[in-house]
Amino acid sequence: MAVETKDKVGVRRTTEYTAVTLESQVPAGPIEKRWDEHRFKMKLVNPANKRKYTVIVVGSGLAGGAAAATMGELGYNVKCFCYQDSPRRAHSIAAQGGINAAKNYRNDGDSIYRLFYDTVKGGDFRSRESNVYRLAQVSVDIIDQCVAQGVPFAREYGGLLDNRSFGGAQVSRTFYARGQTGQQLLLGAYQSLSRQIAAGKVEMHTRSEMIDLIVIDGQARGIVTRDMLTGKIESHLADAVVLGTGGYGNVFYLSTNAKGCNTTAIWRAHRRGAFFANPCFTQIHPTCIPAAGDYQSKLTLMSESLRNDGRIWVPRKQGDKRRASEIPEGERDYYLEERYPSFGNLVPRDVASRNAKYVCDEGRGVGDTGLGVYLDFADAIKRLGKQAIFERYGNLFDMYARITGEDPYEVPMRIYPAIHYTMGGLWVDYNLMSTIPGLFVIGEANFSDHGANRLGASALMQGLADGYFILPYTIGNYLAQAKLPKVSTDHPACREVEVEVETRMKRLLSINGKRSVDSFHRELGDIMWNNCGMSRNEAGLKQALKRIPEIRSEFWENVRVLGKNEELNQSLEKASRVADFMELAELLCLDALERRESCGGHFREESQIDGEAKRDDENFSYAAAWEYSGNVSRPNLHKEPLIFEYVIPSQRSYK
Amino acid sequence: MSHDTMDLTLHVWRQKSSKDSGGFVTYVEEARGISEHMSFLEMLDVVNEKLIEKNEDPIAFDHDCREGICGMCGLMINGIAHGPDQTTTCQLHMRVFKEQGITDITIEPWRAKAFPVIKDLVVDRNAFEMIIQAGGYISVSTGSAPDANSLPIPKENADKAMDGASCIGCGACVAACPNASAMLFTSAKIGHLGLLPQGQVERDDRVLRMVNKMDEVGFGGCTNIGECSAVCPKEIGLEFIARMNRDLIRASLAKGDSKKP
Amino acid sequence: MTGIASFYQRSIGKKVVMALTGAFLLFYVVVHMWGNFKIFLGQEQLDHYAEGLKTLGDPLFAEEQVLWLFRIALLAAFLLHIYTAMQLSHMASRGRPVAYKQRKDVQANFASRMMLLGGIAVLLFVIYHLMHFTIGVAHSDFVYGEVFNNVVRGFQEFMGIPAIIYIIAMIFLSMHIYHGAWSIFQTLGLNGPQYNGVLRGLATLIAVVVAIGNISIPLYALFALSPVEVTGWFQSIAGLFGF
Repeated sequence: MAVETKDKVGVRRTTEYTAVTLESQVPAGPIEKRWDEHRFKMKLVNPANKRKYTVIVVGSGLAGGAAAATMGELGYNVKCFCYQDSPRRAHSIAAQGGINAAKNYRNDGDSIYRLFYDTVKGGDFRSRESNVYRLAQVSVDIIDQCVAQGVPFAREYGGLLDNRSFGGAQVSRTFYARGQTGQQLLLGAYQSLSRQIAAGKVEMHTRSEMIDLIVIDGQARGIVTRDMLTGKIESHLADAVVLGTGGYGNVFYLSTNAKGCNTTAIWRAHRRGAFFANPCFTQIHPTCIPAAGDYQSKLTLMSESLRNDGRIWVPRKQGDKRRASEIPEGERDYYLEERYPSFGNLVPRDVASRNAKYVCDEGRGVGDTGLGVYLDFADAIKRLGKQAIFERYGNLFDMYARITGEDPYEVPMRIYPAIHYTMGGLWVDYNLMSTIPGLFVIGEANFSDHGANRLGASALMQGLADGYFILPYTIGNYLAQAKLPKVSTDHPACREVEVEVETRMKRLLSINGKRSVDSFHRELGDIMWNNCGMSRNEAGLKQALKRIPEIRSEFWENVRVLGKNEELNQSLEKASRVADFMELAELLCLDALERRESCGGHFREESQIDGEAKRDDENFSYAAAWEYSGNVSRPNLHKEPLIFEYVIPSQRSYK
Repeated sequence: MSHDTMDLTLHVWRQKSSKDSGGFVTYVEEARGISEHMSFLEMLDVVNEKLIEKNEDPIAFDHDCREGICGMCGLMINGIAHGPDQTTTCQLHMRVFKEQGITDITIEPWRAKAFPVIKDLVVDRNAFEMIIQAGGYISVSTGSAPDANSLPIPKENADKAMDGASCIGCGACVAACPNASAMLFTSAKIGHLGLLPQGQVERDDRVLRMVNKMDEVGFGGCTNIGECSAVCPKEIGLEFIARMNRDLIRASLAKGDSKKP
Repeated sequence: MTGIASFYQRSIGKKVVMALTGAFLLFYVVVHMWGNFKIFLGQEQLDHYAEGLKTLGDPLFAEEQVLWLFRIALLAAFLLHIYTAMQLSHMASRGRPVAYKQRKDVQANFASRMMLLGGIAVLLFVIYHLMHFTIGVAHSDFVYGEVFNNVVRGFQEFMGIPAIIYIIAMIFLSMHIYHGAWSIFQTLGLNGPQYNGVLRGLATLIAVVVAIGNISIPLYALFALSPVEVTGWFQSIAGLFGF
């Protein structure tokens, strides 16, 4: 195996554009002991010395907020940045379902090992075993921590924590707070962060967007930000930089992400030398409310628990424009139940999504746009009564009715898949450090734990694991060993990056073309969704790879951004983000083209058996880490082989 | 499902910056042919696209998740915070206006001394941050927590705490209050933490500090009118205010002079 | 005293002062009304009751001592209630320096929005009431000690206009109480979802009883007690209703 497993840390990786070996820093030894032993071997920063270090945290969601708060508690000086007006608004807040933890409170056979096993298998064998095991280990601490913070998890009548089974798991290990688990966990982290802000340990910068990374002598030493209120472009320096800036789902324009979610922080870091891993691993959620028209600005997800009682169907006839109630039973195609008799409507997310796309591609989609399938509760209401359905899904039905204006108790819901999570992200080693020393990446922004597919209720777990329990240790190990010469904002590297950022803003403002930023973003999103969405093939990807640079160059010649830099300028903010999406999109397609196998959320039509995904372990059991070469269209590919010592790869089957 | 469109007349507050005095601008042409299936913010997106086409500065407004949970959006629509449907501005859909036959819409920013206007419809809600920083947390550092199930909490209390915790910090309560009071926001956090056993140790200090901060940053007092709760997208009840009042009286009696932080 | 002073500095502290003084004043309004009901028992009973107030606390207190103590407490509560209201209203007006162009009430009732104006109306009425029946300077035929005659004649004189003023004032007072009584519980934190309905009901009951009870007195004086001097138009209205 090409991965060195020796426990060597703080190795200077070169950021020149030359071949490098990816050192995952995964410790050797039995998997159960790796994290403990690694922690023991780590160098510590003396408590009195912690205040001599400054750490920048970009993003204030579950990962960033938790990391900033915890490092503040430890005594580091933290500077935390978010683009919203408050750290409480990070998009972690929108997660509904819950958070997994191997507490085994239900005595139903759960264990750390089982959570580890399920996550590796669920990730379709494209994640690092050691990372996943550690994630399962710290999952139990997360619940303790959150309860102590006052997170009001759902409880049973006896006063103990309630659990439910989620996303097809065989055990009940999901903790939840109504349908607002993400909100409650984020508010817990936010409250801890607020405490550190009040204590003066965290300096919070809201409405402040990271536009670039400052690398000095090969080490990440700071960021350049744009103050979104005044337009001021400024350098902030530190001893290490942590990115917890979330995923890049908005490259598809329509996604369940917040409007402001963007790739700028990780993309700029990538351009400064951080490798981008597995960008093509994107997750699609099957039960979203379909787009209503071309003005649609975002998509709303509904919990997939709806599939427990709803039956999915489309008309058998193409272009059948009758109302659902007028289509007789015999002319309805319950396609999931027919194709997957044992799992039926409960097939995994990717399978449900793909099949919805197929029937819509056949012209059998429902709704005005033809991009939707029915999720019908008529049988469930007949069987269980309206009241029972109300109790189970009342809030979801209300939300659906509010958005669509249709009553799902009377007419079937219409659903369609949407981009929802990105497993790919910046490549990090076991210490969550990227290929730029001193640049750490946590949460959805890194690639580490979910492989090719994320299980339900695991995103919150990973964000908090990284933020509360992993990064605060590993960053100390780095700081204790790294040689960090004193730098100030007078350093030429700062000025250089500032000028680059200023020039970029000026350029965006001076193009004064004919098309709005949104029109470009929509066009990019269309290309991505059609060619690199639920199902991908060589021809489509090649077409996308031809089109993306074309739109990108049109963007830089024809975008219209009004106003000036020195004010709150939402068009300018968007333009800067979309410019980066235009570049990332190409890498995403290149990665998808390169990976000629189907695994997890990545389905290559060329790689299937009987219409089902066919993984190719022989040729693709690796994490693809892309290095920026100076030319967006020609990145260098590095492969980190994935070794499975504990969970032996097997092919999924849901027939 | 039909694609019924509506022609609107919008009166929008435009203000270049916090220093500018600002005023209303009426948009008619830009607000034609609005689909009733659009969300309110999508309607504004369409207006903005048309403004950009005409080389006019688009209307600035805050928004992010657009699914009613982040609390970033918030507009005063025809005199009601978040508009005529008790939900967030982003979840308000144009069919509500269609159904009520409303085509004339006035859009204003939240108005309160503690929420100064930054630009157009964007306001600065940092005052809320300061209230939370004054004590809206439980002082527990990472790593020091006991097992989650070591302290059972009656389901009823956990549920009530969750009611308070569901606050999204949008500021509609302040915007709707005739006195621009932040009592509902502050009391939701105090109630959430005060209802849980973990929140007891700091309960007295918390209420004193948060209430002091609330007054200090310039919010008005409460006159028990209840507009806050009536526009709250998360339907947080006035009983949280009563509970905070009770806590404050108790803490004041127990602690005497605790005005210092 | 620093504890109390700092408590009062908070907006909620001021609210508590409003609630406590309001509760005391409300208690007084109800007792006052109950005493005045003696009018229905005739001249002797009412005059006796009024005389009795002077000797309240006898023999521990000398004549009028308790009455004056009570009057001082009442005045203090009244002034504190008004002063605090002014401060709170000032705070509230500072809270929103730029008004909305359009603002609609979603659920606020008229009474809750009329607390300040209604309070001012009640204040003006109290001044008039004192001048009318206590000091007598606003009364054309005031005789100290003859309470029954003073009341009856006081309502009947000037074509019954004083009675109309009283009736209007009682509507204001009743609205003030409707929102105020519920607010007392809310401000003192004695409210909760399970009691809210009961407390709202209680507040309504008190407000209605105070309104009907107090309004019944001028009506009684006008129409039931030999309206010798009640002039033309009033008699005809009374006739319509069969008095």
